[in-house]
Amino acid sequence: MKKGLSLRPNNKVSMIQIKNLHKSYKMGASSLHVLKGINFNIEEGELVAIMGSSGSGKSTLLNILGMLDIADEGDYILDNVPIKNLNETKAAKYRNKFLGFVFQSFNLINYKSALENVSLPLYYQGVKRKERQESALDYLDRVGLKDWATHLPSELSGGQKQRVAIARAMASKPKVLLADEPTGALDTTTSYEVMDLIQKINEEGKTILVVTHEPDIAQMCKRIVKLKDGVIIEDKKVKQVLASSYV
Amino acid sequence: MFNRDRWREIFETISKNKLRTFLSGFTVALGIFIFIILFGLGNGLKNTFQEFFLDDAGNAIFLYPGKTSKPYKGYKANRRIEFKNEDLKDIEENFSFFLEYLSPRIDRSASTSYKNESNSYSTRAISPGHQYVEKTILMKGRYINQSDINEKKKTAVIGRLVAKDLFKTESPIGKYINIGSTAFKVVGVFQDDGGDREERNIYIPFTTRQLIEKGNDKLNQIVMTYRKELGHAGAMAFETALKKYFKEKKSIDPTDPNGIYIANPADDLKQSQQFAIVLQYIVSFVGLGTLIAGIIGISNIMVFVVKERTKELGIRKALGATPKSVIQMILQESVFITTISGYVGLFFGVIVLENIGLKLEDYFIKNPYIDLGTSIAATITLIVFGGIAGYIPAKRASSIKPIVALRDE
Ligand SMILES: Nc1ncnc2c1ncn2[C@@H]1O[C@H](COP(=O)(O)OP(=O)(O)OP(=O)(O)O)[C@@H](O)[C@H]1O
Ligand SMILES: [Mg+2]
Repeated sequence: MKKGLSLRPNNKVSMIQIKNLHKSYKMGASSLHVLKGINFNIEEGELVAIMGSSGSGKSTLLNILGMLDIADEGDYILDNVPIKNLNETKAAKYRNKFLGFVFQSFNLINYKSALENVSLPLYYQGVKRKERQESALDYLDRVGLKDWATHLPSELSGGQKQRVAIARAMASKPKVLLADEPTGALDTTTSYEVMDLIQKINEEGKTILVVTHEPDIAQMCKRIVKLKDGVIIEDKKVKQVLASSYV
Repeated sequence: MFNRDRWREIFETISKNKLRTFLSGFTVALGIFIFIILFGLGNGLKNTFQEFFLDDAGNAIFLYPGKTSKPYKGYKANRRIEFKNEDLKDIEENFSFFLEYLSPRIDRSASTSYKNESNSYSTRAISPGHQYVEKTILMKGRYINQSDINEKKKTAVIGRLVAKDLFKTESPIGKYINIGSTAFKVVGVFQDDGGDREERNIYIPFTTRQLIEKGNDKLNQIVMTYRKELGHAGAMAFETALKKYFKEKKSIDPTDPNGIYIANPADDLKQSQQFAIVLQYIVSFVGLGTLIAGIIGISNIMVFVVKERTKELGIRKALGATPKSVIQMILQESVFITTISGYVGLFFGVIVLENIGLKLEDYFIKNPYIDLGTSIAATITLIVFGGIAGYIPAKRASSIKPIVALRDE
C-alpha cells in the first residue's frame, strides 16, 4: 500500500452521474421521444463537449442537467446530491447554488449594466450589496471587462456580452458551468477568445459542459460526447487544442 | 417587505423602465383624479339641490287664507277668509303638542329710502319665531324681538342686498330708513340661502304694521314649524288637525277644497330626500365606474408589463429566483407605483376640486368636496385591486418554466 493514497484511492470526484435518462415531448396526441436512455459520468474538473446534429437532443440534455427541465425517467446525481422531486422553488435554489449558465443568445438583462448583471446571482444568494458589487467587479476583471462595468449590454459587442454572461455564470461560484452553444452567435476570432476564457476557468478546476456544433470548438475540450437520435453514439477523450494558440 | 436590498432592486427596475412606470402610474393617478373630481362634483350638485329645496326650515308649515268655493252655514260661496291675531293664540293653545315656532306674515311692498338712495322692497311684518321658520341668518345686530312686538316699535331688520343698495359701505345698524312715510330704525342685517329675492326683504314687527294700518288685527299668512321629532307622520297629523280646526272656526264647508290652504313641505321634504338619495346613488355609481375602469386599466398594464418581462423573469429564474420571489418582486413594484401615483392623483384631484369649487355655482354645483375618508378608501381600493390585478399575471409568469421564457423567438 502506497503512502497517502489509501484514503483517496481514485483521486477523482464524480460531479455528474446520469443513468438511463429519458425525455419525451408531448405534441398533441403524439409524443416525441428525444432522449432515449442516456448514461454518463462526469468528474470534477472535466471540460466536456456535447455534439450532435440539430434536433439530436443536446439542448434538452443540458436543460435537464441545468434543472431548467425535468426528465421523464432516470437518475441524476449532482455532486453527490440526488436531484429528484424537483419543484420550481427547489430547482431555483439548486440552480443558484450549483450551476452557472451561458446561453447562445447571452440572455443579459438589457436594462441592467454589466456589473449589475454579474451581481444578480449573488443577489439571489442573499449576498450583501457591497460584497456583491466587489465580487462582480472582480469577475468582470477576470474576463477583461472591468472598464465596461457600467455599460449596458446594448453598448457591448457580442464577444463582450458573452464574456459578461460567463462572468455572471461564474459569480455564484457554481459546481458546474453549462454552456449551450456559447460561440454560436460569434465570429471565429471571438469564439476562440471565449473558448480561451472557458479553458482558463476549466484550468482553475471548474467542471464545464459545452454544447456545440463546431468541431474546432469541440477539439478545445478534453472530452467529446456525441449524440444521435437521443442516444450517445460516441464518448471519447481528446487531446485538447489550446484556444490561445489561435488568438 | 422591509428588506432594503429588495427595495433597492425595485427602485432600480422602476427608474430604469421609466415608460413602463409612467404608464402604470399614470393610469392609477388618472383614475383616482377623475374619481375625486366626479365624486366632488356630484356632491356639489347634491349641495345645490339640498339648499334649493331646504331654503326654509325643513319642518315649516304655511297657512294661507283664500276664497271659499261652497256655501256653508248660511254663508255664500266666494267669501274671502282672513286670519286675525286671535288665530295665532288659538294655534298656540290648541296645538302646543305639535308646535315649535310660530309667526304671522303681513307682506307689503313700499318705497324705502336712506339719504339719497331709494328703492322699492317688500316689507314683511313678522314676529320673532319667523327667524327660525325662514332660517334667516343674522349677519349684524339682532332680529325683531318680543319687546319690539309688544311696544310696536319701529324697528327693521334688512336683507344683505338692501343694506348694500342703500348703505353701500356704511354700517346700517342704528340708522333710520323711511319705509313709505314712516321712519324705522335698522337693528339688524341678515342673509338667506334662499337667494337674492329673500335678501331684498325687510322684516318689521307685525304689530307695528297693524298700527300703521289704522290699528287693525289682520294677518296675511301664518307660518310655523312643527317639532321635528314627530317626523313625517306627525307633520301630516298636524296638517289634518289644523285644517279641520280652521275650517270649523272659519265656517268653511269641510268638503270645500278652497278657503284655506296649507303648504306642508313634509311631503316635498320626503320627496326631495328621496331625490337626494337617488343623486347619491348616481354619484356613487359614477365613482364606482371610474374605480372599476381604473382597476381594469391597471390589470391590462400589469398583463402587458409581465408579458414584456417574460424573458427577464426567465433569466432571473435561471439565476436562482424562486417563483415566490418573482411574484413578490412584481407585486411590490406594482403596489409601490400604485400607492405613489394614487397619492399624486388624490392630491391633484383635491387641489383642482378646491380651485374650481367657487367658479361652478352658476352651473348648479355648489361647494364640491370629497371627504377624506371616501378619497382614501378609493385610493386603497385601487391599490388593493391593483395588487390583485398584478398578482394574477405575476403568478402566471412565475410558473412559466425558465426554458420556455428563455427560448429564442
Ligand atoms: N419544448 C419542446 N416541446 C416540443 N418539442 C421540443 C421542445 N424542445 C425541443 N423539442 C424537440 O426536441 C428535439 C430535440 O431538441 P433540442 O433542442 O434538444 O435539439 P438540439 O440538439 O439542441 O438541436 P440544435 O442543435 O438545433 O439546438 C427537437 O426535435 C425539438 O424540436
Ligand atoms: Mg440546441
